[in-house]
Amino acid sequence: VNPSQVSCEVVDAARIGEYHALGFFEPRIAAAAQPGQFVSIAPPPGGRCLLRRPFSVAATRQDVVEVVFDAIGTGTAWLASRAPRDRVDVVGPLGRPFTIPEQPSSVLLVGGGYGAAPMFFLATRLAGHRVRLLLGAARRTRLLDLGAHGVAHSVIVTTEDGSAGVRGRVTDALPGLLKEERPEILYACGPMPMLEAVAAIADAAGVRCEIAVEEFMACGIGVCWTCVLPVRTNGSVRYQRSCTEGPVFDAAAVRWG
Amino acid sequence: MTPDLSVNVAGVPLRSPIVTASGCFGSGPEMSRFVDLATLGAVVCKTVTPKPRLGIRPPRGAETPAGMLNAIGLQNPGVDAFRAKDLAWLAERGVPAIASLGGVSVEDYVVCAEVLRDAPPVVALELNLSCPNLEDRGLMFALSPGRTSDVVAAVKRVAAVPVFAKLSPDVTDLVTIARAAVDAGADGLSLINTTLGMAIDTRTFRPKLSTATGGLSGPAIRPIAVRCIFEVHEAMSHVPIIGMGGVESASDALELILAGASVVAIGTASFYNPRAAQEIAEGLARILEERGIADLEAVRGRVKVEG
Repeated sequence: VNPSQVSCEVVDAARIGEYHALGFFEPRIAAAAQPGQFVSIAPPPGGRCLLRRPFSVAATRQDVVEVVFDAIGTGTAWLASRAPRDRVDVVGPLGRPFTIPEQPSSVLLVGGGYGAAPMFFLATRLAGHRVRLLLGAARRTRLLDLGAHGVAHSVIVTTEDGSAGVRGRVTDALPGLLKEERPEILYACGPMPMLEAVAAIADAAGVRCEIAVEEFMACGIGVCWTCVLPVRTNGSVRYQRSCTEGPVFDAAAVRWG
Repeated sequence: MTPDLSVNVAGVPLRSPIVTASGCFGSGPEMSRFVDLATLGAVVCKTVTPKPRLGIRPPRGAETPAGMLNAIGLQNPGVDAFRAKDLAWLAERGVPAIASLGGVSVEDYVVCAEVLRDAPPVVALELNLSCPNLEDRGLMFALSPGRTSDVVAAVKRVAAVPVFAKLSPDVTDLVTIARAAVDAGADGLSLINTTLGMAIDTRTFRPKLSTATGGLSGPAIRPIAVRCIFEVHEAMSHVPIIGMGGVESASDALELILAGASVVAIGTASFYNPRAAQEIAEGLARILEERGIADLEAVRGRVKVEG
């Protein structure tokens, strides 16, 4: 499905712990988006910020697309101040989605901080599979739970300060889970250091792993070549675009470090 | 009456004076999902070199006030793949292309020009003499009148289409370099490439780009573009100029035309507004009509400077 650029009405805006959730009315993107894909939202025109901000799709329900983000800079702070009936300029759906196993199987989904957002969307498309969800964050208020028990057979939570779930990081819990569960595939989204560690653990356990990366993007539509990662393809390393060949990559193909 | 926006620049007839800026539009396939390419004068393609280039390691971009920095390092598949794939795609759709050539030696530009000789739909060549992200910045051709002249003269010997020299604003005397390009046979000039900038992350103490410095683009540099076009047009009003630098509206495009541009290229704006080039092409017709301007030649370079 080709992406489009649309002016959309915000239909809900909410706080989720330290994060912000925004839902906007866009039937075409809601129908077409697949887990792992993203939308990019423009900051207000005429300001100091120019570039669109990319956000993984966290959920689609009826004609609404939902994203979750951390208000870390001027652009996201502006977005966090949007209210129902405001309009936002959205481009999407963009990027390559996660692949979903054809046969019913056991799958493990790992989300760090607001990087858990696409995992909830992914879990809704994994009906018939045995879904385990591993969520981690620095503390309880940075843990993103968009209804984990409704979409997963089991949920494991870690926080670095122990304010929710098991004290530690997702990477502490992961080796044991992989051994116990032997999932067909591991999906992960979160900060790059977490993804690098998850990729190494999956590789050591011999489990296939797909990651969704978050990189600086100027365009999000394949023309600026700023959002690249070194990826092994056909025996050689090439810089591939997170927005076009990604944001979902085979973790074993990414050349880390 | 709808104003006639078709232009003839250095003998190249274009249906619109709005084109795309090199490196900001790919070769068209990605952007054709958002833009009707038939509304544009031409697609100015991303710079190609004789052999494929890997480009530089990330991070390659950073947002800055009303602008952005980039350091891509001319990642491209090489001129042969460009001809076989990108140009074929544009030719199939009847979209005129201006090929942008890059390199680290005079020979690199000549090799590219030879591969693209008689390659439809190339209507002109743009020599990227001013990319700030190559290994050795001291070698940027557009810093020196002599080296600018060497590349232009060598390409002119093999090119079958008009040749534009794309220059850098990061020089003490742009007019001298522009004159060197024209004296060596350039049919026109492209003004301006990005200007060198730098941004530092104050938490990590690291530069935001892997190369430390990179090219600054966007509305932040528009006044520099207007000044460069104005200076060169004042000195050589007969030389056609493709103007670019932070244009994001039809009014901005008219500003560059008033400074002396015949054609205006849309760059960074396409990143944040994928429809920018088409909207500006359509908007320009509208604002000229509103202002009672019948054709662009009547306003080109007509900024009213007192004194």
